[in-house]
Amino acid sequence: MLTEKKDKTGLFIGAVCLAVLYVFLILLDNVIPQNSFTLLLVPVLKKGAIYSLVCVSMNLLNGFTGLFSLGQAGFMMLGGYAYAIFSIPKDQHAAVYQYFDGGLIQFSIPEALSNVLGESAGAIIGSIICIMIAGIVAAAFAALIGIPVLRLKSDYLAIATLGFAEILRAIFQWSGLGPITNGSNLLRKYTSLSAIKIGSLKLATFFPFFIAGISIALIVLLINSSYGRAFKAIRDDEIAAEAMGINLFRHKMLSFVISSFFAGVGGALLAMFQTTIQATPFKSAMTYELLLIVVIGGIGSISGSCIGAFLFIACNEWWLRFLDNGSFMGMSVPFFRDGFRKVVFSVIIMVIVLFFSKGIMGDREISFAGLARRIRGSKPSGGKEAPAK
Amino acid sequence: MSSDVILSIKDLKVNYGGIEAVKGISFDVRQGEIVTLIGANGAGKSSTLRAIAGIVKAASGSVEYAGDVITGKSPSAIVQRGITMAPEGRKIFPDLTVEENLKIGAYTRSDDLTADLAWVYELFPRLKERSWQAGGTLSGGEQQMLAVGRALMAKPKVMMLDEPSLGLAPLIVKNIFEIIKTINENGVTVLLVEQNANMALKVAHRAYVLETGRITKSGTGSELLADEAIKEAYLGKQK
Repeated sequence: MLTEKKDKTGLFIGAVCLAVLYVFLILLDNVIPQNSFTLLLVPVLKKGAIYSLVCVSMNLLNGFTGLFSLGQAGFMMLGGYAYAIFSIPKDQHAAVYQYFDGGLIQFSIPEALSNVLGESAGAIIGSIICIMIAGIVAAAFAALIGIPVLRLKSDYLAIATLGFAEILRAIFQWSGLGPITNGSNLLRKYTSLSAIKIGSLKLATFFPFFIAGISIALIVLLINSSYGRAFKAIRDDEIAAEAMGINLFRHKMLSFVISSFFAGVGGALLAMFQTTIQATPFKSAMTYELLLIVVIGGIGSISGSCIGAFLFIACNEWWLRFLDNGSFMGMSVPFFRDGFRKVVFSVIIMVIVLFFSKGIMGDREISFAGLARRIRGSKPSGGKEAPAK
Repeated sequence: MSSDVILSIKDLKVNYGGIEAVKGISFDVRQGEIVTLIGANGAGKSSTLRAIAGIVKAASGSVEYAGDVITGKSPSAIVQRGITMAPEGRKIFPDLTVEENLKIGAYTRSDDLTADLAWVYELFPRLKERSWQAGGTLSGGEQQMLAVGRALMAKPKVMMLDEPSLGLAPLIVKNIFEIIKTINENGVTVLLVEQNANMALKVAHRAYVLETGRITKSGTGSELLADEAIKEAYLGKQK
């Protein structure tokens, strides 16, 4: 982070790593045969990429602008719903909205585009348009509630945003909005990740990485711009920032709206990943999960959030699963039972918070330029975590 | 020194939750001057500066800058017009690098900063040595230099300094005041608020004494330095 000079080698290594990662993901979907290992790996990768994006967006707000907001799950829900609502095919409306006369919105963007551009192009472009809509809906809500809420400071802001997310969840489950949100029932049959392919080339794992990659790159550009500097100044000292001529409200609003936009995009990707969406899981517990990842990764570190997201998802859904099964390497362990994973997980979190209070990365970043220098310097140590970006 | 008034404060009152911190003060700052407000804790010095900068709302009265009333304008509009402030207690951004701190100072500008950055580094060579260090790792004196440098980056016509000597060793205070003089000689009008009356009166062209929200005395720096009552109250009458 300290070397602002453009290091061409670093840029080159970064591009190569990214290309290798993307090729690997495409191979994973198409060439590498499915086995018990890839069956676990693929969902973890997909969800990890999605969570990376959401956590980076949360970090933009909490870590870089110093606004302690807990509304992220609410904005994800907005994004997820917006995505699903605009991409359910016409002939599925009757089945999905069975209690609400087939719903209010009677068109599907991916379907309409498929009729014009062909199936795969329609699905890809259509879903990207829907993802954009998801982000815009979340951003619009953020702009609305930002007006009253951003005048609050620290804990009060957290309480207000948390309350907003919970209220929104309740409203989305209200049957009065059923023709749009399907009340407390599932939204399904919309364009999911498995529909993202070119001909027979499946892109289900590549796609979330692609969208998350672009989004995170945009956030990084923002943070390194003069706006980003102003955000950090506000985080460090509001009064001094104001004295420097930074318009506090406008910059807080900007950060809030952009963060919510990307939370909405993340929510849309999550909806694609899950194939069904419902308001119930978007509780405050989900925001806490995200906050945990941000803290574990390091508040104010983009690469930290990405590493944290992959580690968290991998532990939660894969590596610590054996604790719930009752057996370990063939031996049955009396302690291991349903829910024991959560106990171990909590202990790990406590250890991290106690001994690594700044998180894995603190506020540092993994930079390919630094990596390049280290390789040239002495040891050719690998950048194993680097593909997280 | 020309005698045209650049900043004119008229009957300014500032309230904090019902308590009158500034009870109607009037004073002028002329182009190219160093003017200082001295006074004890709670006399209303900082409140006056904050009101001029637009960070606190004035309860009544007006601030005129180059002929325009700027009372009620936003802090960013005021900075844009050419009034900057180095706030009390330095208030640098601890997690930003020295250079980022300086660039934030120029936030309202959109033109090229290279020349100004070079000038600030020339004034404060220590900052150049530490340009990649986080602001929070600097010593107190260096932080004060950074605060002054940051205020300069906006290319101000009037620079307001709130207690630049606060908590610094005498030698460093002297150094800072030398630089304030240099900055003034480069055409920046300086409004200085100080408890360290001795140093402030020595560099100031004119001075006002503030007591519990009112101006009780005014004069040139040397006049007030020689004033018996001032000596007793603020300078510690030894000689």
